[in-house]
Amino acid sequence: MDPKDVLITFPELLLWFPLISGLIAFTLKNGNSAKNWAVTSSFISLAIAVTSLFFMDSGKYFNLNNVSYYWMPSIGSSFALKYDGMARLLVMLNAVAFPLVFLSTYKQNYKNPNSFYGLMLLTQAGLAGVFCAMDALVFYFFWELALIPVYFLSSIWGGERRIQATFKFFVYTFAGSLLLLVGIIYVYLRTPEQSFSLNAFMQASIPAVQGKFIFWLFFIAFAIKMPIFPFHTWQPDAYEQSPTGVTMILSGVMVKMGIYAVIRWLIPVFPAQTAAFADLIIWLSVIGMLYASFLAWQQNDLKRLIAYSSIAHIGLMCAAIFARNESGLDGVMVQMFNHGVNVIALWIVVELIERNYGTRKISELGGLAATAPTLTVFLVVAALANIALPLTNAFIGEFLMFNGLFEYGKAVTAIALVSIILAAVYTLNMIQKVFYGEANMSLAGVGAPVLGKGAITALAVIVVIIFAAGVYPRPMLELTQDSVNLFFNKLKGL
Amino acid sequence: MSNLVYLVPLFPLIGFLINGLARNSLSKGMTSVIGSGVILASFVVSILLFLQVKEGNAVTVTLFDFINTGKLSIPFSFQVDQLSSIFLLVITGVGFLIHLYSTAYMHEESNAHFARYFAYLNLFVFSMLLLVMGGNYLIMFIGWEGVGLCSYLLIGYWFKNNDYSNAAKKAFIMNRIGDFGFLLALFWMIQHFGSLTFGEVFARADGMNMNDTVLVGITLLLFLGATGKSAQIPLYTWLPDAMAGPTPVSALIHAATMVTAGIYMIARSNILYTLAPVTQGVVAVIGLATAILAATIALKQNDIKKVLAYSTVSQLGYMFLGLGVGAYTGAVFHVMTHAFFKALLFLGAGSVIHAMHHEQDIRNMGGLKKHLPVTHWTFLIGCIAIAGIPPLSGFFSKDEILAAAFSANVVYWVIGVLGAVMTAFYMFRLYATTFLGKFRGTHEQEHHLHESPAAMTWPLIILAVLSVVAGFVGIPAVLGGSHELQQFLAPVFAGSVKLQEAHHLDHATEYILMGASVGAAALAILYAVSRFSKKPDLEEASGFGKLLQNKWYVDELYDAVIVKPLRGMSAFLNNVVEKLGIDGAVNGVGKLVHYGARQLRLLQSGQVGIYLLMMVIAAFVLFIIQLFVK
Repeated sequence: MDPKDVLITFPELLLWFPLISGLIAFTLKNGNSAKNWAVTSSFISLAIAVTSLFFMDSGKYFNLNNVSYYWMPSIGSSFALKYDGMARLLVMLNAVAFPLVFLSTYKQNYKNPNSFYGLMLLTQAGLAGVFCAMDALVFYFFWELALIPVYFLSSIWGGERRIQATFKFFVYTFAGSLLLLVGIIYVYLRTPEQSFSLNAFMQASIPAVQGKFIFWLFFIAFAIKMPIFPFHTWQPDAYEQSPTGVTMILSGVMVKMGIYAVIRWLIPVFPAQTAAFADLIIWLSVIGMLYASFLAWQQNDLKRLIAYSSIAHIGLMCAAIFARNESGLDGVMVQMFNHGVNVIALWIVVELIERNYGTRKISELGGLAATAPTLTVFLVVAALANIALPLTNAFIGEFLMFNGLFEYGKAVTAIALVSIILAAVYTLNMIQKVFYGEANMSLAGVGAPVLGKGAITALAVIVVIIFAAGVYPRPMLELTQDSVNLFFNKLKGL
Repeated sequence: MSNLVYLVPLFPLIGFLINGLARNSLSKGMTSVIGSGVILASFVVSILLFLQVKEGNAVTVTLFDFINTGKLSIPFSFQVDQLSSIFLLVITGVGFLIHLYSTAYMHEESNAHFARYFAYLNLFVFSMLLLVMGGNYLIMFIGWEGVGLCSYLLIGYWFKNNDYSNAAKKAFIMNRIGDFGFLLALFWMIQHFGSLTFGEVFARADGMNMNDTVLVGITLLLFLGATGKSAQIPLYTWLPDAMAGPTPVSALIHAATMVTAGIYMIARSNILYTLAPVTQGVVAVIGLATAILAATIALKQNDIKKVLAYSTVSQLGYMFLGLGVGAYTGAVFHVMTHAFFKALLFLGAGSVIHAMHHEQDIRNMGGLKKHLPVTHWTFLIGCIAIAGIPPLSGFFSKDEILAAAFSANVVYWVIGVLGAVMTAFYMFRLYATTFLGKFRGTHEQEHHLHESPAAMTWPLIILAVLSVVAGFVGIPAVLGGSHELQQFLAPVFAGSVKLQEAHHLDHATEYILMGASVGAAALAILYAVSRFSKKPDLEEASGFGKLLQNKWYVDELYDAVIVKPLRGMSAFLNNVVEKLGIDGAVNGVGKLVHYGARQLRLLQSGQVGIYLLMMVIAAFVLFIIQLFVK
């Protein structure tokens, strides 16, 4: 293919397509057609993302995967997108997540479905933009584009305490966004040619003292998004109160924005500051892992339990990034995808439980295995992946991340590794209380649950991914190798 | 033959998938045929592999690159050598017998649950095969966690019973504590040796100094893993509770195979342990302490399966003692003989429980000899074998461990023999209370007493024969044999043997040691039979006996010292630190802003005079600041 003939690049396609179809969705007055439109659109996005895997060779297909055109030349910002391994992986996660969400919640009837699905698709577009952006202003633009629809989704379609939870979410992330914006502008002013491009950012001459301060502006913005202890308290509330479909996107895809941003925008721009603060951040992450694990043990609401469990997992990813070695970063890469898929499976099961039994409270459930064997099997598989049992996809990532952390420090790894014991404690506890034992009295008379074809299909697909990626992780590891190499070449260059 | 290797785990995997996915449509007959057939197929392949290995053809087969990133390369590979081929035979051989037995034992279950049971059992065999066939520590670890999962699923097989699922959970979590050590050891190996492949790790370790910190660290961490999987102090308490699972599961997983994984792992890593005598000392002492502690508890148990469970813990302790004193062959030998007679004893217990309609308390049994002839005779053979009476198999393997213990430290031997005497005593207390004397159950139970069907008795008979003859593969030189097993395993342990200083006991000493331990065991047997056949021990224990019956209150101790404080801490973090501390601070900031906004709003009164005043004040303040800052 002659590079000059390229009509449109993959990153653009994956970005504009959901954006446009999201806007169209708003105009569809018939509820079902909006739903079906969204499902169709999400599958087309998936097809595009899958197709893009066949055009990876960066030499041969450079122009299919990279784009940059003038946007705001007066201030040195260009609309630059790059579709490298890490972007590909996360865009793939984004493209896989939405069909799963739409399928598994297909039975759910939202009021104003056109707005709901429209906002969801806008979120998808925003996420794709974040993962491909190579210009700080473009990055910031999509960062916000991904977040704003979620405020509406949560505050309009959420649970009882949705306003309070969404407000908290909003304040947290908005505070983070402001810090980020200030940081971006500061670095921009220090770039050699007044440019927002990532390359210019990496060449910015930032004085040592101010650099430390700016580093934290960026880090806190990303830490809130991940979230890292102690910036995490918005998350359990938001996960609990958002409609489950939105929670799936929040925890499956959106938290990866923070991790991604640290890898793409923080460490390469601030290598010296990263080295100075790595110890602190790693300890913070590890404390957060154990802290969140202990809290997960205490939760009675399934959604909050998964929220804290997720915080623990994210803590490991953050620690592994700051260990700054290849094994750790490889682990983070595969885990970003795998955690996203696995946590969606957990949410689907919670959604099915809530829809069928009218509650998410562990104390009000019990003995479901007798009447809901299929659901039990799915949950057990998802839970085993959650505790990173070997041959499930999560094991690969956790193994590599802990190994990377061990290279950094033995004691800190030993402490962090306690989390695998705690994960078994709270996960098996939950399985036992919800699925085993005699059926809960309050559930008397509730027969076999209705799962729905969509949810079963989504869960079955995830189970296949769990084992396929767990037994044969190589393709996924190879996919992101270019980004990993680039990352370390940048670090070594200094 | 290398193209056969992957078939061994593949068959059980297929069985798992069929039984698991089609569990709602399979008849019990079909499930039985598939579930047992796949294990038989694996057994046949294992025999072929064994014959090849015997010719001297150990192989490593790489299926694909599992993890390959930069410096780290871990292939998905299988290694079939002398050590693993012995384990393959035991796992698939005993495994098949237990599958066969299960087809009758589990017949009361509904079709779907029956298939679920066989699916789990097949999955277990698959995982266990990965564990022993893995060509590197990571594949071993995959099997290691896999068997833990299956153990969890099978202990909690009757999931409606909350006690059972508690036992299952406990087993999994205690194993995870062990896995914590195992994983750290893996990372340390990667860092130090750059590989997890057995051959590479051992070759690189070979030149290291004795008791190098890295080696001691790695071996201790691996041993922590072994204490979890193989139920040693301090992580042994899950195994007796694991008896909640169906009895054939106890026989296969919690006696014959899975719990010996720790011994396999250390035998496999023998060179690392031989190079770390400090760790070997720890292994020997922990093994011996576990052997004796569990034996004391077994003295006072009244549940037929509990006695056998503590006996298993105790026998595993002997195996670790063997490993700790460098008697690697002896430990593997004891794994093998123990697999036969302990599987036999558990299946015999299952046959009794089956006949007694789920009664497990031996105080309600007695006189079963005439009702269950096959069960009785085979059980008796198992008891003699475990008691170490020649020429049954247990004698040879236990004697080999004790002789090595004597060479290492006389105290080890004395305590070891003491434990062996207790073993003989509690086993024959169990035997006499169950099978001799008068029947003490209900009339109803007596009326229904029956010998088990052929699918259950045939495995008993085969295992009884094996319990008798298995020892002949390891007849020591002192008794005129050539110890074929030792010769067979020699290549695996060659590196260690080279490093160990040879200490040969003279024949006279060996005869005295054998005579002493066999004589003491025989006396214990006679005493137990004469005491319990007529007048079984029916009263509630008191005093020291009560302490033993309550297992030295170790579970209560763990609960008070570890579980409760952690739970308390967890509640404190949730209720105080999270809700009042962090979230309180966040919400406090929110409230403060809200409050501040309300107060500030008052300034926007709309009166121009106030605005002017504020402007003047602000200008003045700015002026002052300018003055002092510049």
